[in-house]
Amino acid sequence: MSEEIIKTVDRATKELIDKAERENIKTVFSRSEEIRPCPIGIEESCCKICAMGPCRLPRSKKDSQRERVGVCGATIDTIVARNFARRVAAGVAAHSDHAREVAETFLKTARGEAQGFTIKDEVKLLAVALDFGIEIEGKDARDIAIELAEKALREFGRQKGELTYINKAPKKRQDIWRRHGVVPRGIDREVVEVMHRTHMGVDQDYRHILLQTTRCALADGWGGSMISTDLQDIMFGTPVPVLGSINLGVLKEDEVNIVVHGHEPLLPELLVAASREPGIRSLAEKVGAKGINLAGMCCSANEVLMRHGIPCAGNFLQQELAIITGAVELMTVDVQCEMQGLQSVAECFHTKLITTSDRARIEGAEHIEFHPEDGLDTARKILRLAIENYPNRRHAVYIPSYKQDTVVGFSHETINYLLGGLFRASYRPLNDNIINGRIRGVAGVVGCNNVRTPHDLCHLTMIKELIKNDVLVLTTGCAAMACGKAGLLIPEAAKEFAGSGLQEVCEAVGIPPVLHMGACVDNSRILVAATAMVKEGGLGDDLADLPAAGAAPEWMSEKALAIGHYFVASGIFTVFGTTWPTLGSDRVTGHLFKDYEEMFKGMWAYEPDPIKAAQLMIEHIDKKRKALGIDKARERVLFDMAMRRALG
Amino acid sequence: MSKIIASAAIRGAHKILNRARDRYKKALDRFGPEQEIGFPNTAYYLPIIYAITGIGVSRIKDIEAVLKICERLIPPPVKENTPLPYLAPSLDAGMATLFAEEVIEAIRYLEEPDFYLANSEDVEPAGGKIWLGAANDVIFRKRGVEFVDGTAPGFAAIAGAAPDPETASKIALELQEKNLYVFMCGENQGKRFAEQLVEAGVQIGWPTRLVSFGPDISAAVFAIGFACRVAMAFGGIKPGEFRKNLIYNKDRTYAFVLALGDVTDEWYANAAGAINWGFPTIADTPIPQVLPTGICTYEHVVSNIPHEHIVQKAVEVRGLKVQVSKVPIPVSYGPAFEGERVRGEDIYLEMGGGRTIAVEWTTSKRMEEVEDGRIDVVGKDVTDVEPGARLHFAMVAEVAGRNFQEDFEPILERQNHHLINQAQGIMHIGQRDIAWIRISKQAVEKGFRLEHIARIIHAKYHQEFGAIFDKVQIKIYTDEEKVREILDAARASYAYRDARIEGMTDESVDTFYSCILCQSFAPSHVCIVSPERTGLCGAYNWLDCRAAYEINPDGPNQPVKKGECLDDRYGQFKGCNEYISRASRQKIQSVSLYSLMVDPMTTCGCCECIAAILPMCNGIMTVDRDFTEMTPCGMKFTTLAGSVGGGAQTPGFLGHSKYNITQRKFLKGDGGILRLVWMPKRLKEELRDRLQKRGEELGIPNLPDIIADETVALTEEEVLNYITEKGHPCLTLEPLL
Repeated sequence: MSEEIIKTVDRATKELIDKAERENIKTVFSRSEEIRPCPIGIEESCCKICAMGPCRLPRSKKDSQRERVGVCGATIDTIVARNFARRVAAGVAAHSDHAREVAETFLKTARGEAQGFTIKDEVKLLAVALDFGIEIEGKDARDIAIELAEKALREFGRQKGELTYINKAPKKRQDIWRRHGVVPRGIDREVVEVMHRTHMGVDQDYRHILLQTTRCALADGWGGSMISTDLQDIMFGTPVPVLGSINLGVLKEDEVNIVVHGHEPLLPELLVAASREPGIRSLAEKVGAKGINLAGMCCSANEVLMRHGIPCAGNFLQQELAIITGAVELMTVDVQCEMQGLQSVAECFHTKLITTSDRARIEGAEHIEFHPEDGLDTARKILRLAIENYPNRRHAVYIPSYKQDTVVGFSHETINYLLGGLFRASYRPLNDNIINGRIRGVAGVVGCNNVRTPHDLCHLTMIKELIKNDVLVLTTGCAAMACGKAGLLIPEAAKEFAGSGLQEVCEAVGIPPVLHMGACVDNSRILVAATAMVKEGGLGDDLADLPAAGAAPEWMSEKALAIGHYFVASGIFTVFGTTWPTLGSDRVTGHLFKDYEEMFKGMWAYEPDPIKAAQLMIEHIDKKRKALGIDKARERVLFDMAMRRALG
Repeated sequence: MSKIIASAAIRGAHKILNRARDRYKKALDRFGPEQEIGFPNTAYYLPIIYAITGIGVSRIKDIEAVLKICERLIPPPVKENTPLPYLAPSLDAGMATLFAEEVIEAIRYLEEPDFYLANSEDVEPAGGKIWLGAANDVIFRKRGVEFVDGTAPGFAAIAGAAPDPETASKIALELQEKNLYVFMCGENQGKRFAEQLVEAGVQIGWPTRLVSFGPDISAAVFAIGFACRVAMAFGGIKPGEFRKNLIYNKDRTYAFVLALGDVTDEWYANAAGAINWGFPTIADTPIPQVLPTGICTYEHVVSNIPHEHIVQKAVEVRGLKVQVSKVPIPVSYGPAFEGERVRGEDIYLEMGGGRTIAVEWTTSKRMEEVEDGRIDVVGKDVTDVEPGARLHFAMVAEVAGRNFQEDFEPILERQNHHLINQAQGIMHIGQRDIAWIRISKQAVEKGFRLEHIARIIHAKYHQEFGAIFDKVQIKIYTDEEKVREILDAARASYAYRDARIEGMTDESVDTFYSCILCQSFAPSHVCIVSPERTGLCGAYNWLDCRAAYEINPDGPNQPVKKGECLDDRYGQFKGCNEYISRASRQKIQSVSLYSLMVDPMTTCGCCECIAAILPMCNGIMTVDRDFTEMTPCGMKFTTLAGSVGGGAQTPGFLGHSKYNITQRKFLKGDGGILRLVWMPKRLKEELRDRLQKRGEELGIPNLPDIIADETVALTEEEVLNYITEKGHPCLTLEPLL
C-alpha cells in the first residue's frame, strides 16, 4: 500500500488518522488496507442462499458471455437480482424499523407516557393528520396525535391496499406505480416478501424480482422514511434555518464531551434537553469542567444540528477519530452505521461507549437502554456518567482546530417559507428561476462515506461541479456533513463556488448553494420538495419531468441502495459511485440502467469518477429541460386586460 | 433580496414599528382605549391590516393586537457574516412595516383631523392643502371601476422626488399617457414629487390621476390599501384571506414603486412590503438589484434607471402591456386627462354650457358621400378669437360603412364626450345638444385648433369602432346660422332614436348580450344585458353590447340566446342560465333578470346603485354610490357593496344602474317599481322626469313624491310611516317574504 494514497480531503480527519497511526490504534482506515474487497462478492456473483452452495460464478475471463448457473440452475441474473433485492430490503428494514421506533414513541408521547417528549409542531400535526384522512375539526391535538400514531403504526403491518403517503405523489407518478403493480401494501409485508421471494427456489425471473424490490423500496421512501421524518418533526419541531458548526474541532478540551452517534433522534433530543438543565451543568463544574459539550456524529448529529444547532463532530468515517482526540468522555450509539471498531478504540482511552437501543449491542460496550417512559432520566444518567468520567482522561487531549460554520435546517416546509415569506410562501420562485434558466436544475446528492474512496472527496468534487453549473444541490446524511466541513453550507459559498445564475438566486434568498435537508432518513424531504415543485406548475406533471437528478458518490450502506432505488422508482435519474452491486449480470444492470427509464422514467447509473458523474447528471437535467421546452430563453410576456380576464 | 436590501428593510421595519408603538402609547394616553379610530368613510377599516389579518381596527385598543403581530413578523437584524436566509424574513418585515404605518396614519387622522383633505378628490394648492390621504369608499369605488374596466391598468407608487419639477412633470405625464394612476408619498432631500408637480403647474388630484397621498413615506399605505380594497370589493376576496389578496393583486393590479432619490431604510422596508403584492421597485439610484423572479412576475428591484427611461422600464418590469392610442393632436391624450378641469383664467375658448349652442351629432351616410378623414371647419377658429371668447359649436360626424347600422349612431356619438375630454387641456361635458367644451390657453399655445377635435373623433372612431364602419368625415361649424340648422336636424334625429329605444322590449329580441369585461377583477361575475335591463355599471346598454360584439367578436360581450323562458315573472331563461353557469366557471347556476329576491344577478362591485329589501315596509329601497350616509336598511352603500360585490349571489340585494330604475322590467318579479319606497333625494331628482312618466303609466302620477328620501326618513320605521301616510301601493302588494 503506497503512502501516497489520499485517505481524506478533510484536514481534521487527516491529523487524527496520522495520530492513530502514530499511536498504533486500528481504525477503519488502517483496516481497509488489510482487507481487500472480495472480487466475486463485489459484483454479487456469489449465491449462498442454500446449503448446496455457496456457488461462486465469476465471469469467465476467456468468454465473458458464457451463461453461468448455480447448482440449482439459478442464472447469474437471478443470483445478482436476488442479492440486490435482499440488500435493498435490508436498507428498507433499517429505515422502517427506525420509523417504527419513532411512531411507537410518538404514540406514547401523545398519550403522555413519554418522559420529556411533547408535540412541538401542531401545524405539522394537523397537516400530517389530514394526509392520513383524520378528521381534525373540533378535536384536540392530543387526540389527533393518538389517532395519527395508531394509523401510522398500522402502515407497517398493513396487509393490503396502498400505503397512505402514496397519494402525496403526483397523480401521474401514482399511475405509473399502479400500472407496474409496485404500490406497496404494507411496509413490513414488502420486506418479508422480498425475503421470501429470494429464498431458494422461489422467484427466479430477475425482472420480477426487481419489481418487488421496487415495491419494497417505495415502502421506504413513501413509507417508513416519510413517517419517520413527519413524526419526528411533529415531536421535535420542523427544522428551520439555524447556524451550527461542524468538524472535530467542535470538541472542547475543557468541557465534558459527549458524542451522540447513530440515527434515531429520540434519546439525543433528551440529551440536549438534559444537558441544558442547571443541575447537570453544575455537576460538570464540580469535576473541573467548564461545561457540557454535546456533539453529534452521523445522522443523529444531523437531527440535533438541524433542530437545535448542536455542533456536529463529523460524518461516518470520523466516528473512531472523535475518540482518538482523547477528549470524548462518552459516546452513545443507537442503531445503524456504528462500527464495532469503536469499542476497541474506546478501550485505548477513557471513553465510555454506551449502546442505547434494545436492538443493538456491542460486545464490551456498556448498555443503558432507552425507553420513552423514562427517557429523560436515562439521558440524565448518561450525562452523569460522562461527567464522572471527565477526571479519568489519561491521555493528552488532541483536538484538531478545524471547525466550520454552517447554515442548516432546510426542511420542505422551510424552503416553502424561505422562497416567499409567511404571506406568499410557495415554490414559485424556485420553479420560475429553473424555467428562466438561472437555476439549471436540482440535484439530490446524498449518502455515506466509503473508505474505499478518499473520505469526502467525491461528494465535494461532484457537488462543486454541479453548483458551478447552476445546479442547486439538496443534500442529507454524511454527504451533507462533507459539504458543511468544506464550507459549502454557508450563503457566502454561492459567490465562491456557484455559477452566476445560481449565485444570483442564492443572493436573493440568502441561502447557500447546497441545502442541508437532514439525516439520511430525511431523503423523504427531497421527495416532498420535488413533489411540491411539480405541483407548483411549469415543470411538467410528474417527478420524472423535473430537471433533476440524484447521486450517492460515496455510498456504502444497504440503506443507500434502498434510497437510490426509491428515487429511481420515483422517476429520478440516480448515479452511484464507488462500486455497483449488479455488475455480475449484464442483464440485471441493463434492466436497472436502461429498461427502468422506459418503465419508471427514472434509472440507475454507475460512475465512480465524480466529475463524470456530475456531467451525467447535468446531461440528464438538460435533457429534461429540453423536453419541457425551457432550454431556450423565453420572451417576456406583457399582460393586457384580456389576458387578465383569461386568468379565471 | 440582496443582503444589503434585506438588512436595510429589516432595520427600517424596526424603526417604523418603534415609531408606531410610540404613537400608539401617546394616543392611548391621550384618547383612551375606546376612542374610535380609522380612515374616513370606509367600510374597510385600516385596509391592509383588514385584508391581510382580518382584524378590523376601529378603536385605539385594537391596535395592540396588530403591533403584537408586527413584533412577531419582524426578525432580528441580518448578520454580516454567514447570515440566515433573509428574503422571507424581510418580506415579513415589509408586511409588518405596512401594518405599523397604517397605525401611524390612523393616529394622525385622530391627532390632526385637518392634515388630509378628507373626502375630497381635489387638492387646494392655493390654500397649501395638497395631501389627500386615504381614498374614502366613494372615491375608491369610482376609481376602482377604472381599474376593473381596464381604463386604468394599474398605478405607480412614487416615493420621494425627481431632481427638479420639470423632470417630475415629465415622468407624471408619461405615466398619465400610459393611463396609470400616480400615487405619491415620501420626500427626498426636502422635496416631494407632488409639490414639484404643483410647482410645475400640473393639476394634481384624483381627477387627473395624480394622487398626492401624503408627505411621508408612511402614506405608501394609502396606495397599497387601495389595492387591498380592489381585491376585497371587486375580487370577492374576504378579509383575512391574505394569500388570495396578494396573488390577486400580483395577477391583476399592475402596480409598481418608483423610488426617486436616496433609498432610506424605511423606503426599503416599504418596498419589501410591496413585493408581497407582486409590486416591484424601480429606482433612479444605484441601489442593489434583485433580478431573480418569483414573488413578483418579473424582477423585484431594478435600479439606476435614468429618468427618461424609468417609466418604460417600470412598465416592462411589472409585465404590463399598455395600449396607448396615438391621436394626431398637439397635446397629450388619454383617460388620465379626462378629469382635468379648465377654469377661469385658463379658458381660451368656451362653447356651449348654456351660454352658446353646442351640438354634436353622429349620423350615417352612404359610402360614396363620405371621404374618410376629411375635416371641414366652417366659421371662426381658435386663432380668430381673443382669449376668453365664446363661440357656437356644431359637430357632425358622418359615418359610412358596409357593416354600419343606424343603431350604432348613438353609440358612437355617446363616445364623443370621453374621447374629446381625454385631450390634455380640453374639457368636455355633456352630449348631444347640451355639450359644453372649454379649450385652455395651454392647449392653444401648443397649437390646438378646432380641427383637432375632429381629428380625435376620426382617429378614435377608427381605433375603437373600426370593425363596424369604414369611413368617417367630420364637419365643425361655429357660425350661428349653420349651427342652428344642424341643431334642428340633430334634434329630429335624437327624437327618432329615443322613440326607437323606448319601444324595444326584452320580448322583441331573441338574443341578450353578456358582459364579462369585469372578469379581469371579478372572475365569477357575469352581467346579462337585455333591452330592458342595462348593465349595472350604467355604461352598457343592449345596443352598446351588440355593437361591442360586432367590433370584437371574441371580446367580453357575447350574444346569449335567450332560449326557453323558464320563468316569465322573474325573467329566467334557459339560454342565459346555461351561459352564466359556463361563464361564471360554475359558480352561479341560475339568474333572474327581474328580481332581487329569487336568484338575483351578481355584481362585480361596479354597480351604480344597490337595491335592498326593507321587510317592514314590504318594499325595496335603493341607494347610489354617491350617497355616503346611512340608509334605512341599516347599511351604507359601501357596506352593501361589500356584501353583494365580487360576484356573490345575495338574495334581498341587487346591484343595478340608475337608468334601470325606470326601465319597465326593473324588479318586475318582485312587484316592479311600485316596490320602491326609498331612494336618496339627489338620485330621485336626477330621475324625476322618468320616474314621473313611469308613475303615470302605472296610474300613480305622484310616484316620485310617495318614495321617501333622506329628508323625510332615515330609518325603516320612518320610511314605513311616510309611505303609510302617502298611501304607497307597496303596502297592498303581496308580501315580499
